[in-house]
Amino acid sequence: MHTLADGLRLSMNWMDSLILVIYFAVVLGIAFAAKRSVHTTLDFFLSGRSLPAWVTGLAFVSANLGATEILGMAANGAQYGAYTIHWYLIGAIPAMVFLGLVMMPFYYNSKVRSVPEFLLLRFSRSSHLLSSILFAVASVLIAGVNLYALAIVLQALLGWPIPVSIVVAGLFVLAYIIIGGLTSAIYNEVLQFFVIVAALVPLTVLGLVRVGGVGGLLDKVTASEGAQFLSAWGGTGFGQDNPLGANWLTITLGLGFAISFGYWTTNFAEVQRSLSAKNLSAARRTPLIAAFPKMFIPLIVVLPGVIALLVQPNIGQPGSEYDYNSAIPLLMAELLPNGVLGLAVTGLMASFMAGMAANVSSFNTVFTTDIWQAYIKPAMSDAHYLMIGRVVTAVGVLIGIGTAFIASSFSNIMNYMQTLFSFFNVPLFATFILALFWKRMTAQAGFWGLLLGTLAPVGFYSLYRVGIVEMGSDQAVNMTSSIIAFAVDVAVSVPVALATRPKPAEELVGLVYTKADANTRGELQKGDDAWYRKPALLGWGAIVLAVLCYIPFSI
Amino acid sequence: MSEQTDSGEDRRETGKSAASTKLFDIRTIIGGLFVVYGVLVGLAGMFPTAEGLAKSQGININLWTGLSMLALGGLFLLWVRLRPLETPEMSSEEG
Repeated sequence: MHTLADGLRLSMNWMDSLILVIYFAVVLGIAFAAKRSVHTTLDFFLSGRSLPAWVTGLAFVSANLGATEILGMAANGAQYGAYTIHWYLIGAIPAMVFLGLVMMPFYYNSKVRSVPEFLLLRFSRSSHLLSSILFAVASVLIAGVNLYALAIVLQALLGWPIPVSIVVAGLFVLAYIIIGGLTSAIYNEVLQFFVIVAALVPLTVLGLVRVGGVGGLLDKVTASEGAQFLSAWGGTGFGQDNPLGANWLTITLGLGFAISFGYWTTNFAEVQRSLSAKNLSAARRTPLIAAFPKMFIPLIVVLPGVIALLVQPNIGQPGSEYDYNSAIPLLMAELLPNGVLGLAVTGLMASFMAGMAANVSSFNTVFTTDIWQAYIKPAMSDAHYLMIGRVVTAVGVLIGIGTAFIASSFSNIMNYMQTLFSFFNVPLFATFILALFWKRMTAQAGFWGLLLGTLAPVGFYSLYRVGIVEMGSDQAVNMTSSIIAFAVDVAVSVPVALATRPKPAEELVGLVYTKADANTRGELQKGDDAWYRKPALLGWGAIVLAVLCYIPFSI
Repeated sequence: MSEQTDSGEDRRETGKSAASTKLFDIRTIIGGLFVVYGVLVGLAGMFPTAEGLAKSQGININLWTGLSMLALGGLFLLWVRLRPLETPEMSSEEG
């Protein structure tokens, strides 16, 4: 008999275990050392705003390079082929550049500690509370996906059943975050970034050798899946067919605009990394520096997914013992000898910690400052909120353990992640855009736009799930519901805004794009004006490079 | 503060809060971990097993990975040596 656990079972020896143990010894060491420097809530939540841009920049990529990203984008590679690079090139880079060049000054200069807090300043308490609650719900749902991703790895590693793995993983993360807070989270993310890359590069190289090099890969994929599987835009015209089941307009508007701008500019797990930077210049550079490594991550994540499809052609098919999520663990079991195997296991565990820590820390920031401090127990001592922050972390992880079981029902966790983004991040982004660029936008419009903009994609998705609406693929549904979310949010906000009274102009200083204060560059440190640190150059450089990266997949 | 115009990376400023002066240098941690990993994985590469080599299709992947990690770790440590953090009270915090 060949069960799932047997087929994926990784045989670790003492060397692999030693590599894993050393990693966590170092991680806990950082956590203990960081604990000594955590004295106030600002330290706990935003690392005292003291980190250099290259550290926050790598933490920014790494917060996104969680186990969900690695397992999920490899799953996408196996399911959709080269179309997956859309998630990187059109689905990440432009939004990261937009965050750095346009939105970061508002976040950083207004000294907010969270994204919903910005809405409090710009609008009113009602939209602030609504967005905080939506945020908290989204964070614990995504934390659940992270826990499930780690459970997959633990199952492959130790043969534990998924439920046991989920609970053990949750408790470990809990201990880790409570000990060190966000300071250690950011430092570990940078460390994790290097370990993950060091683990995925050998895996990709061996995978390529296995399928006969780049030439062999291209030939075999073309033979088994058709040439379209290797193109990014092939068959994306209206009425044509492609693995993604989405046309070019849905890809550009749904993924490139709505989902990606929503995710990258309002996902607090990401934005918080930038807010920890030492000054505005470094904060703006954080997502811009992150954009460059982000472009090359598909080479070591999506490519192994495609290779896994060749190594195990029935992956993800009905009746197969492997679902798309197992692409990476499958290759690890097939290709890696002891030594590098330990590195790969460590890398996956590390990337899991990155994603989970990011989610839980954004959950506790939003809950503590935006819900507890604002509406439940205002005006308490700093020590009180620090204590609440730690308690909420525990609660967040416990709820995450619960939501992990929802995630375990999806064959491709990335499909599920993107569904969550379309529900929660897209309407928030639409409201933000109106808030920033339209001074006539009012508090009431912010509230109703956000509420209905969130309910609309949930409704559309429900129609799809019960079979009333037919779509090409799960991802095509996500892109379409994102467009719906954005459109409904704007369609509700604009008439409401015109019917209600806007805030007086003097209250909008620093919060609206046309008010000059938001455009100041902040205090500069020596060296911040060097040409290679100019945000505009970094940003446009990233865009140009992303366009160039599309060329091999477009001919 | 120090001359920091040409290093290509930022330096933390001093004394902004208690936390910033006590943070330790991430470069030392990355460098140290990679040197240790490089030695460990490299050792596995010096004594390859037949089973392992069969898995990696004859390529001694451990040796190559180990050497690369050793080199990268060394570069990070060199960077710390050449451009140490300039914060008054923390030179002994992490070494």
